[in-house]
Amino acid sequence: MMTIFLIFWPLVIALGIFAFKPANAKLVAFVSALVELAVCLFMFVGFDSRNATAWNYQIPWVPSLGINFSVGMDGISFLLVLLTTGLMPFIILSSFKTPNQKPADFYALMLLMQMALVGVFTALDGFLFYVFWEMALIPIYFICLIWGDENRAPVTFKFFVYTLAGSLFMLMALLYLYYQTPGAHTFDIQALYKAGRALSSAQQGVIFWGLFLAFAIKMPVFPFHTWQPDTYTVAPMEGTMLLSGIMLKMGFYGLIRWLLPVVPLGVHEWALTAVVLSVIGIVYASIIAINQKDFKRLIAYASIAHVGLISAGVLTSSKIGLQGALIQMLSHGILAFALFYICEIISTRASTRTISSLGGIRVGAPILTTVFVVVILGTVALPFTSGFVGEFLLLNALFQYNYILGALGGLTIILGAVYMLHAFQYMMLGKHSPQASRVSDLTRHEKIVLYPIVILIFMIGIYPDPLLQISEVAVADLLEGFSNFSAKVK
Amino acid sequence: MVDIKVLISCIPLFPLLGFLVIGLNVHKLSHKTSSYVACGSVLISFFLSIIVFAELLGLPPDQRSLNVTILRWISTMGFSSNIAFLVDPLSSVMLLVITGVGFLIHVYSIGYMHDDAGFSRFFSYLNLFIFFMLLLVLGSNYLLMFVGWEGVGLCSYLLIGFWFKNHDYNKAANKAFIMNRIGDLGLLLGVILIFINFGSIDYEMVFASASSVNVTTLTWITVLLFIGAMGKSAQIPLYTWLPDAMAGPTPVSALIHAATMVTAGVYMVARNNILYSLSPVALQLVLVVGLCTALFAATIALMQNDIKKVLAYSTVSQLGLMFVALGLGAYASGIFHMATHAFFKALLFLGAGSVIHALQGEQDIRRMGGLKKYLPVTYMTFFIAVLAISGIPPFAGFFSKDEILAHAFAQNPLVWGIALLASLLTVFYMFRLFFLTFFGNARAGEGIMHHIHESPKSMAVPLIVLAILSFIGGFMNVPGALGGSTWLADYLSPAFHSDFAGEHHLDHTTEYMLMASVVGLTVIVIAVAYLNFVKKKKVPLEDGQLRGAASMVYHKYYVDEIYDRTVVRPLHWFARIADDVIEKLALDRLINSVGQLITGSSNVLRKVQNGSIGFYIFVMVLSIIVILTLTTVAEL
Repeated sequence: MMTIFLIFWPLVIALGIFAFKPANAKLVAFVSALVELAVCLFMFVGFDSRNATAWNYQIPWVPSLGINFSVGMDGISFLLVLLTTGLMPFIILSSFKTPNQKPADFYALMLLMQMALVGVFTALDGFLFYVFWEMALIPIYFICLIWGDENRAPVTFKFFVYTLAGSLFMLMALLYLYYQTPGAHTFDIQALYKAGRALSSAQQGVIFWGLFLAFAIKMPVFPFHTWQPDTYTVAPMEGTMLLSGIMLKMGFYGLIRWLLPVVPLGVHEWALTAVVLSVIGIVYASIIAINQKDFKRLIAYASIAHVGLISAGVLTSSKIGLQGALIQMLSHGILAFALFYICEIISTRASTRTISSLGGIRVGAPILTTVFVVVILGTVALPFTSGFVGEFLLLNALFQYNYILGALGGLTIILGAVYMLHAFQYMMLGKHSPQASRVSDLTRHEKIVLYPIVILIFMIGIYPDPLLQISEVAVADLLEGFSNFSAKVK
Repeated sequence: MVDIKVLISCIPLFPLLGFLVIGLNVHKLSHKTSSYVACGSVLISFFLSIIVFAELLGLPPDQRSLNVTILRWISTMGFSSNIAFLVDPLSSVMLLVITGVGFLIHVYSIGYMHDDAGFSRFFSYLNLFIFFMLLLVLGSNYLLMFVGWEGVGLCSYLLIGFWFKNHDYNKAANKAFIMNRIGDLGLLLGVILIFINFGSIDYEMVFASASSVNVTTLTWITVLLFIGAMGKSAQIPLYTWLPDAMAGPTPVSALIHAATMVTAGVYMVARNNILYSLSPVALQLVLVVGLCTALFAATIALMQNDIKKVLAYSTVSQLGLMFVALGLGAYASGIFHMATHAFFKALLFLGAGSVIHALQGEQDIRRMGGLKKYLPVTYMTFFIAVLAISGIPPFAGFFSKDEILAHAFAQNPLVWGIALLASLLTVFYMFRLFFLTFFGNARAGEGIMHHIHESPKSMAVPLIVLAILSFIGGFMNVPGALGGSTWLADYLSPAFHSDFAGEHHLDHTTEYMLMASVVGLTVIVIAVAYLNFVKKKKVPLEDGQLRGAASMVYHKYYVDEIYDRTVVRPLHWFARIADDVIEKLALDRLINSVGQLITGSSNVLRKVQNGSIGFYIFVMVLSIIVILTLTTVAEL
């Protein structure tokens, strides 16, 4: 029942929000997100990784087609739900000071988004998963389209068509699997696993690419990333936060839950290709980030680089890789949120995001600078910050998988420092530029948003153990569930 | 009596607390409070280190190893790394050097930084540095060492760019961080390779099963680890950041870029001596890199005119000498030289800082001269440091350098010859620096000479203490030939598992001859320097007057320029090409056309692109129809 609450509570509020005065919409949304987080934290305390079916819930939906409303949370799902519910209050709070013509619509869409995301991370039925997957696209599309920067229409459209095209491949793959299930057919995840594993190696390869395309576009992995920098740049801050903080994790989650266990032979056959693409993405996006003049665009490319490492780690199908990916998803969510927020704070005050026209912000805004430094340290994965734990485990997995790919992927720790320190230097240090003098230090409101983030960055970096423990059993179960299938070929 | 394990945990804790207290109240604390907190926390750590050291001495040699586990850190799926400390003879010596020299430099900084606006910020960074440096040497596994390793790199970055309004300094800071990260990647991959082959990254577990892993793998591991050392300890080819790092305040140069952080690579190789001893190739690499760096950097130092740059290249060269010792398998000698070097090089930097302070920021030795009578304390202590680094008996450097040379001679006279040459160059450039600064005519402007004054007590006292250490420090380890006791080598021996930890196989007669010839040559070099810079009062030429080889050395063999042309610019060039051509022209268009193919014809796409939001609903409906149709078909 708890799972059901987590999915539908945001929907209830999203509909109910129109009953309140528009001026109060943000407060309603914030309180609702806090309630959701509180419930989630309560579940966190009582989480028993060995009894993961405790939160499963299933009712028939379209019985004639074998579609059930079947949801549940094991450790893997729970961490992503925790990320979603944990980040939402921050995203809503960060939007408080932005002028907004239609607040009720805006926050209703945000909450709808939350519902769809929690749905994606908990669905245990192929059709339900697809429905939530597509449902997540609608609110973010409107958020970007209505509240985005100028030039948003074509960019948002490209994003929309692109990701939609990807999900159509996924739909085809799921349908194909559906028809392989015995009897009257079912979308039940275990049945789909079974159906997928029974396929020949060649068939599994086709399914692999169908599913992988959808997930790769969402993350995005090189060379399917071209929608991302433009979309991140023109989307409103909250939209970018949702996209990079939470939504792209749908792609990784898809890999973990709906790809690796479904077609083990396909993975065995094609994982290397996909890992190579991911690693190319790490190096390629890092190098392009060096050339960016717009800080928001730089973060977008940095995100592609980080995403590449996570996807490479997942595709190694190793326990350490998956554990690293999960913790890195949490860390990336927090850091992406903070980076885009800081970017917004600076660009609103200075009326520019161009790195070269800023400079010397530190003089007038020491606290902002300090927070920014901490976030950058997390981004470049300095030990004892959240970014290090995942990055180390991922590199560990990747290096075990293939020495050369591991070393190439490791370049991220050098290149990441190159573009981040360069941007930091020319934005924050040096002599006071005219634009920078307009950047005052953090307000009380901004401190309330950013201080907990700073604490989280260090907490996850120094004591990641509780989080690692949550997913440990689930990851081991998931991989052991099909290890004998891929072992057969070896 | 408090449990010794609690005391060990408190050693890094106090500097961390100091950092937090100052860092969180950086604008509220008075200068006085900040300096008391910062110095006090390091002093406490120093006392604790002494207690722990004494405790260790009280144990039988084979039991001198204490483990403390604080927290499960990253631990999952068979990988396990705790926040846990290991105190053994090696780390206890490092603790004493770090907290001892660290405390003196903290005290010195009170005077040096007294009118700087960032006074409290400076001390918070210094405390943070000490914390990470202590983690580095205390960590009982590779990953915790890596935490300290990267942490000191961060502090180095923050302190090089301490005066952040100057972009040259910021660039130097970035360069240091990035070059270190190149090394760090090597180190990190080495650690992962250790985990893959040993199934653990705890020192004790790894060392216990070291001989069960094949030599090729060990060579890979040790070479990767050594890449880390090249970065952190500024060895060829990753040394160019260190001279630039002199942009930071002088106490930082003394503490981080001379006495402690840059010796982390030496510590790391010494810590892993079992692995290195099992891999002759890796040892050979350490030896060759160390030897080349020692000679190469010494030649550059000959032609530099910035007082701190001379000392920086000298540091690079001396670190090279330490790696020579390690590469010869004489680990104890490497650590011995690290300790004495910490004393006299810190002293040299602090002395240079005192000179710069007195001359209101002047760093060019061509604008100094004749400072002997104005700065008597600085002059005397600096003189002692110069004698120590030159290896004049009985100053500290004599003993530690002599040991390395003796080991070299015993193994390979060619290595001995090159190391000796590097040492003699060191003697020359140090005396050149010394004579040009303190002797001859005063070449500074009248305005500056008018205000010249000896440094305050807080700066003078650390100079004097370090001078005493530079004088007597060598007696920790006196060679048998001189009738002393090799106390340090004996104390360290449990940490070193090599067959010839402290011993080389030279008979006493050979040793006397070696010492005599080295000292004799040293005296001759000093005489030459004296003749040139005191008698003839030669002053280095102004920039642009140099020709040929001299100009090349003056420009540091153009290594920075070569790196710029071969690495930095191509990287930026490629970034531009990738962004403007591959990304925007090729990939985007390709994907768009694929998209158009999939969606049908470009015509349809253009129609939809008119902004029809209903498109989505259309597709949704379409998909449902597809499902329903397929279902129906299947049921037929």
